[in-house]
Amino acid sequence: MNSNVFTANRPRGKFENWLRQGTPWIWLNAGALTISLMAVIGLLGYIFLKGIVHFWPHPVMEAQYVHEDGTREVIAGEIADSEYVTTTRLREAGEWVPGDSIETNRKLVKIGNRDFFGRDFRWVITPRLENITWPEDLWLIERREWGNVYGRVVNVKQAGEIVARGEAAEAEVLARIARANDISDRIADIQKGAIGSVNYRIEQLRLDEKALVLEYGANAVPADALAALAEKRKVLEAEYETLAAELGKLNEEMARDSLTVRVSDGSEHEINLDKIVFAERPNALGLFGRIAHFGEKLWEFVSADPRESNTEGGIFPAIFGTVMMVFLMTLIVTPFGVIAAIYLREYASQGVMTRTVRIAVNNLAGVPSIVYGVFGLGFFVYFLGGNIDALFFPEAAPAPVFGTPGLMWASLTLALLTVPVVIVATEEGLSRVPKSIREGSLALGATKAETLWRVILPIVSPAIMTGMILAIARAAGEVAPLMLVGVVKLAPTLPLDMNAPFIHLDRKFMHLGFHIYDVGFQSPNVEAARPLVYATAFLLVAVVAALNIVAIVIRNRLREKNKALEN
Amino acid sequence: MERRETPTHAMDFSALGRTAGNRRMEDEDIAIRVNKLDLFYGSKQALFGVDMQIARKRVTAFIGPSGCGKSTLLRCFNRMNDLVDGCTTRGEIVLDGVNIFDRAVDVTDLRRRVGMVFQKPNPFPKTIYENVAYGLRLQGVNKTRVLDEVVEKSLRRAALWDEVKDRLHESALGLSGGQQQRLVIARAVAVEPEVLLLDEPASALDPISTLKIEELIYELKERYTIAIVTHNMQQAARVSDYTAFMFMGELVEFGDTDSIFTNPAKKQTEDYITGRYG
Repeated sequence: MNSNVFTANRPRGKFENWLRQGTPWIWLNAGALTISLMAVIGLLGYIFLKGIVHFWPHPVMEAQYVHEDGTREVIAGEIADSEYVTTTRLREAGEWVPGDSIETNRKLVKIGNRDFFGRDFRWVITPRLENITWPEDLWLIERREWGNVYGRVVNVKQAGEIVARGEAAEAEVLARIARANDISDRIADIQKGAIGSVNYRIEQLRLDEKALVLEYGANAVPADALAALAEKRKVLEAEYETLAAELGKLNEEMARDSLTVRVSDGSEHEINLDKIVFAERPNALGLFGRIAHFGEKLWEFVSADPRESNTEGGIFPAIFGTVMMVFLMTLIVTPFGVIAAIYLREYASQGVMTRTVRIAVNNLAGVPSIVYGVFGLGFFVYFLGGNIDALFFPEAAPAPVFGTPGLMWASLTLALLTVPVVIVATEEGLSRVPKSIREGSLALGATKAETLWRVILPIVSPAIMTGMILAIARAAGEVAPLMLVGVVKLAPTLPLDMNAPFIHLDRKFMHLGFHIYDVGFQSPNVEAARPLVYATAFLLVAVVAALNIVAIVIRNRLREKNKALEN
Repeated sequence: MERRETPTHAMDFSALGRTAGNRRMEDEDIAIRVNKLDLFYGSKQALFGVDMQIARKRVTAFIGPSGCGKSTLLRCFNRMNDLVDGCTTRGEIVLDGVNIFDRAVDVTDLRRRVGMVFQKPNPFPKTIYENVAYGLRLQGVNKTRVLDEVVEKSLRRAALWDEVKDRLHESALGLSGGQQQRLVIARAVAVEPEVLLLDEPASALDPISTLKIEELIYELKERYTIAIVTHNMQQAARVSDYTAFMFMGELVEFGDTDSIFTNPAKKQTEDYITGRYG
């Protein structure tokens, strides 16, 4: 063998061939992808399961709790949690633990009846529970305030008179609660709709009057203008009176019935039906009953307003606020981002200045979002908002209109946050348009602007959509900046309603991300709220996923239309 | 290298209905006059003192080896070289008595009057109809009836109407290469240009499509002045009335096609035509 000749045909081992194919890298990639997918699915699955528990009905237990001195106490409620603790720790805390095992199980029981017993939840030592039963005649009664009641129905009263007792009462209860809920819905409609509108118009009159005072001076306002306003006010106040009377009647109707329950310590309490949202016998539910309960609770979650300091009820205003803010933000960021990208790539001369601007834009994407919040507060809210108030709403002073956090400033702040993403995505799309298309258009007598508008932008539209999708994904999850520029724990009205001008950009709004923070960390009853936190987190993920899917479908349609420029 | 085709200087021109040397530049109506044109890419000169005329409603072919400047010269006629950074010119190109490099000239109007077809077909990712109507919409014509008429007329002139009349509103990117090139020609003639510049229009196409394009050029010259750049000398000989031979940025020889191919004046031209180089 001539050692100077390079032999191209030397035999290679199996392992070497396997390496040459790149197989280890393929396995590495596949492994990494699998782990990522498992992490995402695991995370979503965990949140989902922990949250869904909130909606499925739980059975209610009744048992006798033995105390050290032999007395027995009746305890009734749902089992919320269960854990093993060392016996010594329990004894050190002052609890009596019978027997001598090293670890003892204790359960967290939701005993409800907060206004009777002083607290919602109670830890009980499991070995001390005797005669554990799941009686079918135990009722769970959900109230508008003070949480759940667990007990047995004694009687039902109408206008103070007992109408049914015992077994017969149980049948009456559901029908009457349904009636009370209907009336409550009508009351809510009137309050939010008609009365809300009247109040709004009265407020507008007050502002008009103040505007006149500002214009003419306090004593020089023309009498006929004042008289006209006074007329209108009279009409509105009369309207208010009728509505208030109607409301009064409805409230009376709603409070007509009541039911009496006997709770676990034997005491009886009368509860007026206007305080009750929902009642059922959890242990008597069949499978269909449970599924119906589940569906009803789920629907209430996404469509109803929150109650009890955000720990009960639904989160509809938060969903609405989140979606509306994301829409507004997208509306603002897309034109700005696209136009900026077009200028950077098409019109600006590609020198040092343009490169600096591009670097600056990319760095914007790395600024922590809370800094945007502070900037939004200082510049948008106080400076811009303050000036807008001084110029356009002098009659509202001293109450700020735009000089306070609100929907518009929140959307603007988030638009600023996500503009770099849109610019980068659009520039990327512009750079992929083949030069031949541009030349073809110019050769037909089009100007650069016409070429951009008629030919290039339609081709770039999928890339713009990609930018939008990334912007939505980023913005929908940001909470920190929003806390400073527009989000509140509880907003009495939605930013969109039937009163002109229909979209109220100066109103504060609720937001899913902030809601999670609020319910998880700032609620008075953390234990009660925990499943709600998971459910809201899952819903946030679902809302963002839904928005993204809509955007992706639109982008695919655009891609199909402008296809085949792969050259 | 073996050559299968008949050498150009031995071709029988009588079959094409022309006898050698029966055209004379002095009798022609001149559409474009090029006067001492120099072109620079930055500091590098690409065209050296080009002097020539393009005759109205005739086909003028530019031939020469790669890099000789024929495409550059062609792109001067509709000022597409303005798009190249650092490209400067000296000299004039006169279209209908006006120097097109004048500051007062509206470039977009010039480009409408002097249309261009590129080597690789570049239809827009729109429907066939919208592609042809594009130039008209730029002029502000939006009435459907007018557009329909012009689209049909242009597609007929490009010999494409019969093939696409049933699918006018389908994507233009679904057409074959040859069809796309004819679509581009239809798009160019839709705005009623005076001059058509064809930059190697058939070099990316198969032989059948090439033939169709050549037949098309023959028809188009009834209405439009045509300037065509081509690598294919046989094509130049078949299709053109006048031929310009360029080499390294200079116009070496210019005259009517038959003379150039049968009896070239310069030795460089003869060498190129007979294939001794290039």
